[in-house]
Amino acid sequence: MSGHHAMPAGDRPGIGPPLWLLAELTYRCPLQCPYCSNPLDFAQTQQELTTEEWVRVLRQGREMGAAQLGFSGGEPLVRQDLPELIAEARQLGYYTNLITSGLGLTATKVNAFRDAGLDHIQVSFQASDPELNNAVAGSRKAYDQKLAMARAVKEAGYPMVLNFVIHRHNIHQMEDIISLCERLGADYVELATCQYYGWAFENREGLMPSKAQLEKAEAEVNSYRKRLTSSGSAMKLIFVTPDYYEERPKACMNGWGSLFLTVAPDGTALPCHSARLLPIEFPNIRESSLHSIWYDSPGFNHYRGDSWMPEPCRSCDEKDKDFGGCRCQAYLLTGNADNADPVCGKSPHHDRILAARKAADHATAGLEELTYRNADNSRLFFRG
Amino acid sequence: MAVGMKRIPKLRPGFRFQWEPAQNAYVLLYPEGMVRLNDSAGAVLKEVDGQRNVADIVALLEQQFPDAGSLSEDVSDFLKDAEQQHWILFT
Ligand code: SF4
Ligand code: SF4
Repeated sequence: MSGHHAMPAGDRPGIGPPLWLLAELTYRCPLQCPYCSNPLDFAQTQQELTTEEWVRVLRQGREMGAAQLGFSGGEPLVRQDLPELIAEARQLGYYTNLITSGLGLTATKVNAFRDAGLDHIQVSFQASDPELNNAVAGSRKAYDQKLAMARAVKEAGYPMVLNFVIHRHNIHQMEDIISLCERLGADYVELATCQYYGWAFENREGLMPSKAQLEKAEAEVNSYRKRLTSSGSAMKLIFVTPDYYEERPKACMNGWGSLFLTVAPDGTALPCHSARLLPIEFPNIRESSLHSIWYDSPGFNHYRGDSWMPEPCRSCDEKDKDFGGCRCQAYLLTGNADNADPVCGKSPHHDRILAARKAADHATAGLEELTYRNADNSRLFFRG
Repeated sequence: MAVGMKRIPKLRPGFRFQWEPAQNAYVLLYPEGMVRLNDSAGAVLKEVDGQRNVADIVALLEQQFPDAGSLSEDVSDFLKDAEQQHWILFT
């Protein structure tokens, strides 16, 4: 999110309101993407929140100032109360985004959601052709369904946002992907290179593109972008490159507990959707109000500000720019979430990133060797 | 190049303009994004309704801000910028 002003003050000095609320309605999903950001042990999740509990979350969030609302998952369409939640959200004044695989969607639902006040549907694809798409998704019928639903979304008058997660097995398809989006009449195309959390971290070796692959893809995107501009097309291409090839980390979530609040299917409140993997206790909306969770809980205050930082971040003059990077990445790669994100060239653990880059130059694993995100594999992770 | 006075701006499909008390500002909401508008941008976009042309909007704003002098250039510049940002289009 970008603002033309400095962010407003919230109810506590130095802490702004959560302008962005992500409602992960469920971990259930018919697909099995090997880069899914859901927790590895998602199958252990007990008791999803009820409709009443979600309505309470939406009201409390809106009162605190949240304006952007994402419904995601898992696959949010498996929740039967989705139309009800959309209507409530719209009535509260949220801008509502539905982030879906398209599976389980129908043209009738697309129209009903619009009538209930949904602002935008983002359909995710796995590749530009059916064969690869379905292999990555772990479903034979996924691609045709996605195409049909993308068309239905367009017809219903929504802005069309198509999302592709990019990795070493589809990164050669940039041109085809963008031209598919152009044919479908997309307004925004997100080409998001995998971020290595959750299942994607387990599968990193089999997903991470090599430097050469990445450079080729970037060149293709840039030249396509030029063509779009000169033909007067308004289609926007957003290419998110992997931070593993950077020397400075990203300003993760714009700072811990600064704008984003995620509520997981069981009511756990998180500063970002992957924070669940950290050894920190996070509050649950079944036990506290969203207001006290955001402003007062130890979980949300844990990495606010910079007094928690060890070296090299502590004395670094760039700490206001990137907040030391991503806590989850620091934890996954160094075993201690306080450390500088190893993506940073100043991190004493930067060699782990260099090793991953080197591995990506020599990786040979095929798609069939990846661990797919499904309940059986999830239970294996839980047993450890 | 200035924007023609007879042209009619409207928000792009999927864009919503609304007042946000928590931010004490008008904002523009769109797929997965939000822009907090400064006072003058908010004042102009408030009058963009898909019916009024640029001249109407200028006249309305000059009425609201009598001390500001002629506003046609400012409004035209802003709308041009807003079009380039893909916030609005001209019908
Ligand atoms: S990434 Fe794939 S498996 Fe995970 S929730 Fe999304 S569609 Fe389902
Ligand atoms: S040392 Fe820490 S604060 Fe400085 S650039 Fe690296 S990650 Fe950012």
